[in-house]
Amino acid sequence: MTAPPPDPLLEVTGLDVFYGDFQALFGVWMSVAGGRATALVGANGAGKTTLLRTIAGAQPPAAGSVRYRGRDLTGVPPHRRISAGIALVPEGRRLFGSLTVEENIQVGAAAAASADWPLMRIYDVFPMLARRRGQRASTLSGGEQQAVAIARALAAAPTLLLLDEISLGLAPRVVGELYQTLTALRAEGATLLIVEQDLRRAMAECDDLVCLLEGRVALASPVPAVRREQVVAAYFGEGARPRSGGAPT
Amino acid sequence: MSWVNSVIQGLLLGGQYALIACGLSLAFGVMRIVNLAHGDLAVCGAYLGLVLSSALGVPVWVTLPLLLPAAFAAGVALQVALFGRALRGGVLAPVLVTFGLSVMIENLLQVAATSDPRGLAGGGLALASFRIGSQITVSWLFMTAFLTACAVLSGLQLLLSRTSWGRKVRATADDPDTARLVGIRVRPVFATVMGIAVATATLAGVFIGTIGTFDPYQGTNSLIFAFEAVVIGGIGSLWGTLAGGMALGVTQVVVGQVNQAYAVLAVHLLFLAVLAVRPNGLFAGHQAAREAGALG
Repeated sequence: MTAPPPDPLLEVTGLDVFYGDFQALFGVWMSVAGGRATALVGANGAGKTTLLRTIAGAQPPAAGSVRYRGRDLTGVPPHRRISAGIALVPEGRRLFGSLTVEENIQVGAAAAASADWPLMRIYDVFPMLARRRGQRASTLSGGEQQAVAIARALAAAPTLLLLDEISLGLAPRVVGELYQTLTALRAEGATLLIVEQDLRRAMAECDDLVCLLEGRVALASPVPAVRREQVVAAYFGEGARPRSGGAPT
Repeated sequence: MSWVNSVIQGLLLGGQYALIACGLSLAFGVMRIVNLAHGDLAVCGAYLGLVLSSALGVPVWVTLPLLLPAAFAAGVALQVALFGRALRGGVLAPVLVTFGLSVMIENLLQVAATSDPRGLAGGGLALASFRIGSQITVSWLFMTAFLTACAVLSGLQLLLSRTSWGRKVRATADDPDTARLVGIRVRPVFATVMGIAVATATLAGVFIGTIGTFDPYQGTNSLIFAFEAVVIGGIGSLWGTLAGGMALGVTQVVVGQVNQAYAVLAVHLLFLAVLAVRPNGLFAGHQAAREAGALG
């Protein structure tokens, strides 16, 4: 593990999160530097989605804190976090199915941090959505729906964009296009925290990597400083061999 | 000709049912709360209208600018203090809380106002009528109630489909958890929705009190008709609620022309038949059926 870069945009310390009696996160530590892309990897049930939801304010931690720009976010409701610049693209897209594409995006601007992302700019990034703006979100293809989910988060003009499994169930070509969009967003200064099942893609697209194992941080490192085998070992637990059928791709 | 008359009178009566039902439909469509006190809140509105109009010595219509904002505020307060908490307490809690509220309202009204039937002073409008042809007489009061119902439902529909508030309401109705995650403040949305629901109930209560009489226990009866209109029309669909109200009204008046004793029974049988054959409601399209209650 390397020391966290000075003055991180997001700093998570000692996070414990419970669902009822079930503990999902155990003293999770991580930090995200401004302008960088961090991949959050780990097996199913490792706590990746829980961590993102906790950062977004959907899940109150039992212990520990989330600090953003040096400010403790404990007790801050989701809409205030969005106004501060944190937006989440939730797992499974979670679009509002009875709303049109444009309405879904407009809803995302409800607590926008700034007016930097008007509809026109979003349609520049996702031209295919401009053509579908009047259509119900539920009638779109999977890739288009994922684009709407990202567009909805962009409408909040985030500084820190949390993306939860955007490639789930999508064709590789579509995933490639979505990642190209993310690269373009990074060029404009966005900081990304990406949950990604595809380890190869995560390591290719991101600067830093955090691996969760059963609710704990098993590995946190800049991508160039880590070998794939180390990540795989962290993915399954130190010393354990990858089991057949469950290996990261 | 008398059949045509029955249908017309039934449609007009249906407007009144739709007016009381639309708040129930809106609240259920957005918050998934079945407000069992909805009818009692309408009756409360009628009593408040009675107090205001006799204190000021004016027809009840004149008191609406005071009455409706008060009802809106009461709805907001109820949501914040009571219903919101109940909704976080599981499936059964809202039923128990609104049922308890219903019982409390009825008994408080009984204590405060006795169970004597009352009526509201509707001014000249209450007695005026016009004719269509030589045999059909239409009461201006019924016509006003019907047009008010249409105006309220169209207004609500416009608010929901065209404004940013409406967008937030529909998004919240689709998925409240995600709505919260994308920055919608769900509690104020719920509070304004309940405010509007109670305001429309009060408006309906004023028409109930002007057209007929009311007593502290009237609310339960109104609730049944409102509930049936909502279910027949398709839960959560405002236009469906209007159509459902009309279906009830026409059934009641047409059957009543054959035999008055069976009029209300026929309404309830219609409700049961629809529930058995098309549980999603007569007027729910495929979309509405699939999304089971999204507003539209």
